[in-house]
Amino acid sequence: MGLSALAFISVSALALAGCSSADESDAPAADSAVVSTNGSEPQKPLIPTNTTETGGGKIATSIFAGLVSYNADGEIENEVAKSIESDDATTWTITLNPGWTFTNGEKVTSASFVDAWNYGALNTNAQSASYFFDDMVGWTDVQNTKLDPTGAVDEEGNPLMVPDPLSETLSGLKVVDDTTFTVELSAPEADWPLRLGYTAFMPLPSAAYEDMEAFGENPIGNGPYMLDGEGAWVHEEGISLATNPDYEGLRKPVNGGLEITFYTDLAAAYADVQGGNLDVLDAVPDSAFETYEAEFGDRAVNQAAAIFQGFNMPYYLEHWSGEEGKLRRAAISMSINREEITDVIFQGTRTPATDFTSPVIDGYSDSLEGAEVLEYNPKEAVKLWAEADAIAPYGDTTFDISYNSDGGHQAWVDAVINSIVNTLGITATGKPYPTFAASLGDRSNDALTGGVRAGWQGDYPSLYNFLAPLYQTGAGSNYEDYTSDEFDALLKEGAASENVEDATAKYQAAQEVLLQDLPTIPLWYANVNGVSSDAVGNVVFGWDSVPLYYQITKD
Amino acid sequence: MLWYTGRRVLQMIPVFFGATFLIYFMVFSLPGDPIAALYGDRPPAPGVIEQVRAQYNLDKPFIVQYFLYIGNFFQGDLGTTYSGRPVSDVMAGAFPVTFRLAMLALFFESVAGIVVGLIAGLRKGKFFDASALVVSLLLISVPTFVLGFVFRLVFGVQLGWFRTTVSAEAPLGELVLPALVLASVSFAYIVRLTRASVADNLNADFVRTATAKGLSRPRVVTVHVLRNSLVPVVTFLGVDLGSLMVGAIVTEGIFNINGVGGTVFKAITLGESTTVVSFIAVMVVIFVLANLFVDLLYAALDPRIRYAK
Amino acid sequence: MPSKPGQAHFVAELEDTPVAPVDRLDESQKARSTWADAWDSMRRRPTFWVSSALILLIAVVALFPTLFTQVSPNLNCLLANSNGSPEAGHPFGFTRQGCDVYARTIHGTQASVTVGLLATALVTLIGIIVGSLAGYYGGWLDALVSRIGDIFFAIPTVLGAIVLMSVLPAATPTTVAFVLAIFAWPQIARIMRGAVLSATNSDYVMASTALGVSRFRILLRHVIPNAIAPVIVIATVSLGTFIVAEATLSFLGIGLPTSVMSWGNDIGQAQTSLVTNPQVLLYPAAALSLTVLAFLMLGDILRDALDPKARALR
Repeated sequence: MGLSALAFISVSALALAGCSSADESDAPAADSAVVSTNGSEPQKPLIPTNTTETGGGKIATSIFAGLVSYNADGEIENEVAKSIESDDATTWTITLNPGWTFTNGEKVTSASFVDAWNYGALNTNAQSASYFFDDMVGWTDVQNTKLDPTGAVDEEGNPLMVPDPLSETLSGLKVVDDTTFTVELSAPEADWPLRLGYTAFMPLPSAAYEDMEAFGENPIGNGPYMLDGEGAWVHEEGISLATNPDYEGLRKPVNGGLEITFYTDLAAAYADVQGGNLDVLDAVPDSAFETYEAEFGDRAVNQAAAIFQGFNMPYYLEHWSGEEGKLRRAAISMSINREEITDVIFQGTRTPATDFTSPVIDGYSDSLEGAEVLEYNPKEAVKLWAEADAIAPYGDTTFDISYNSDGGHQAWVDAVINSIVNTLGITATGKPYPTFAASLGDRSNDALTGGVRAGWQGDYPSLYNFLAPLYQTGAGSNYEDYTSDEFDALLKEGAASENVEDATAKYQAAQEVLLQDLPTIPLWYANVNGVSSDAVGNVVFGWDSVPLYYQITKD
Repeated sequence: MLWYTGRRVLQMIPVFFGATFLIYFMVFSLPGDPIAALYGDRPPAPGVIEQVRAQYNLDKPFIVQYFLYIGNFFQGDLGTTYSGRPVSDVMAGAFPVTFRLAMLALFFESVAGIVVGLIAGLRKGKFFDASALVVSLLLISVPTFVLGFVFRLVFGVQLGWFRTTVSAEAPLGELVLPALVLASVSFAYIVRLTRASVADNLNADFVRTATAKGLSRPRVVTVHVLRNSLVPVVTFLGVDLGSLMVGAIVTEGIFNINGVGGTVFKAITLGESTTVVSFIAVMVVIFVLANLFVDLLYAALDPRIRYAK
Repeated sequence: MPSKPGQAHFVAELEDTPVAPVDRLDESQKARSTWADAWDSMRRRPTFWVSSALILLIAVVALFPTLFTQVSPNLNCLLANSNGSPEAGHPFGFTRQGCDVYARTIHGTQASVTVGLLATALVTLIGIIVGSLAGYYGGWLDALVSRIGDIFFAIPTVLGAIVLMSVLPAATPTTVAFVLAIFAWPQIARIMRGAVLSATNSDYVMASTALGVSRFRILLRHVIPNAIAPVIVIATVSLGTFIVAEATLSFLGIGLPTSVMSWGNDIGQAQTSLVTNPQVLLYPAAALSLTVLAFLMLGDILRDALDPKARALR
């Protein structure tokens, strides 16, 4: 299935959405029924700056409203913010709409944001999303560390560092008055406001700082929904959200609340939609790929999402560095029939990759220079492999791609391996790691024996977010230590561009460097697949693969 | 008898220490850094992982970790999960539903298994026996994850007899389908065991004596044949209780039950030693008590078995 | 003079019945052990030969798979054939990855039978030794080995599997069999112990004791043969459940890698195409059933043969 068919589906879903919301949006929210949907147990208490996974993320975005929120196309729209402005893309002035309150009655002010962000950035608070503040002035002070005074060392004998912040707050964050604050970045970033709808940038009421752990159990927010009383979160079972009567933002719910049930097995959730126990499911299990569209008809969704998948060949492996490595990466890439695998194994729930980002991101391209390396071309693949063999013969080394077996990757890894074997005639195998921790351990210790599964889900809809954390020299998720001066320079120029068009051009040029080096071998973009029961209407998925819950109708 | 029971209860102490030490060590030796893995593909800012590791004592040597855990255990503190919940809360959420599920499965497998096994043993080589063999073979050869999937599809989705998954309150009616799935393999064991024992005992002297005395056939079968055939079956059931509780990983996943098996499995993959060890410590106690109960039952079932003081 | 039934008052003439040495043992003849008697009784049963033939066939398939199929099961897996129906040369159709189901079922025999047989042999051996010692001698020995069994049985198999699979360089059928056996032997040990407890207090054991036979000899010659019936039943059923357990480990992502062909692996992967292509599940599961059936029948006959009570009636 090509892109055009996908586009058609999403357009028709939107058209449909238009009609039904026009019919029902006038209905009083309080009388409407509660929509049930799937989720997973949040990994941490619901503190926005400590919520970086999808289970907690979808709850946090429902109970908090940030400066901006994303619409279905991933564009930002002001919520609490009245304006976000800058002359130089470095110092940003943010003014707030007055009248916003938390559900405990506290006013949402500049301090609600600035204090929450300072809390998230300070290293002694150990927040998982702290790196989102790393481009603000003062970051190095709040993250300062010193040698462990007890002289403790890690397994390799290196001395351990302990937090020793020079400042409790980011000096780049300044409250001007109750409705105005300024943010100073350490370098210009034209698309900085794009990230402000991410959970890390939500405001917190002052009550939160009394006992953050307890707050995370019963969070008080300012979003379209709120926890349905004490104990609304039944751990490992689900969470009940009621509508927030004081919410007057863009995401005013037309239903009576959300009942999120936690599942560990997607197939169980799918059976619950079939059995009428669940209204909305935001994913489809492997076992239903072939049947879900026929079964649910126009209540099935299959549209592009901000998820990129591929696999990386480490540079430290013999045969995979220098010119030889470059040839082999290109040969491997061209020996994979992405079109066929997405059609047969994924039944069209993935879209073959043409770049390193995602079709839902502004600036995505299917016509980058050098993108033909992502097309199935067995002849060229054999030729390049032979050229590499001329440099150093590969011999009978077994080629492998490792993956964590608790993530449902086996089927596609096997299919990719078969495709490579059938094209190049080498011996190859999938290599499962029993747990994600085991796989990550070998990956960060440079102990892999072959390729490794890699994937990225965008935190916020920007090309930069798909490139910098993964391929920039020394970046956090650049586990295979790719380094390219040309790429780094282009990325920097892109970030500093005055406007988004210039930035996009630089980011695309940066990706053309990646297409030559292939630090990751792009495979496909995951689609968002969902189904819903006939009890609900107007189910539309956002750019982040989460349904726009507030506009789902239910009789 | 009392002396015997008391001694057996005391034996729980070394078993407790042995099992917790072994399990703590096994979880400790799992590859990879469990804390680093919590952050997925995106490592947090430097220092975050070290702080969290220190919070869970993971920065200390193994033996120190173990004794810190044991020390806290005896003060009633079972530690917290990596998501910050007290392990005791997690246990309070998982054990009741698992216990009900296991009991229901035990009930199904023992009643159905013994009845089918008894008839098959009485009519060895006849049609009923052959049918029981075929059904047992099917249940043995089809893994739980396939059987559960099919049962959920057929009885849950297509026929609508049962709720497709178990809701948070987990009433007994909703647990029937998962209990049947869970009981399936053990059912096959019990049918075969009962059948063999019954066929065996039909030839025993005491049965011939009883028949010769003129006792009615039903009385001979139930009082003499069945009672004497139950020792291996009861032993199996006692051992099976443990497997039904921790081993229900797949069934719990299929029916979305928040139970012991799934919790322990998740904790193992996360490398969350406090959770794994605390759960297994409770399981050890249940397990030892179940076996003790079975041993005491032996004496009731088989008059020949007597326990020395 | 031929005697007739019903001639209650017939008394044989003295010269008709030569004095026979009824109470004298023929010492030239070797004493027949329970085990030899068992063999005699088994070989007279047709099902014994049927199940033996089946097991032989399975063994040949496991050892020489290429005698049965020329198709290479892991090469030439073409997605164009994904979930394809049977066709000439591919009698069972194709898997989701486009591999030949028949070839995979044939080639999977070796790994699956290795897992099943090895694990069963290990648990039965350990279980019988530990269980009979515990049940027969009792006391501190019983307490010690029973409680060790409790510890091992309390450890979840998945934990052991994850630990061992990550310590060992690659999971093989042998390692999977060891993992399964390490955590399963207490079950058979418990069953054996219970049966030995029953048998130890029987009349024939007391009789042997009275006759002055050594305790260990009684255990070997009288107690174990009389207590082993439930163990044989459990062992034959376990053979099947071990093969399936390997599938469950694969399903949970901690079993054999997909490059090792096994029925369990194929059954595990079949789950995703169960609704649209059930044949993928059908054939490996049928092969598994057939194997279990063969061993169940054999176990049944062995059990009958070892049971002196059953033999007396034939």
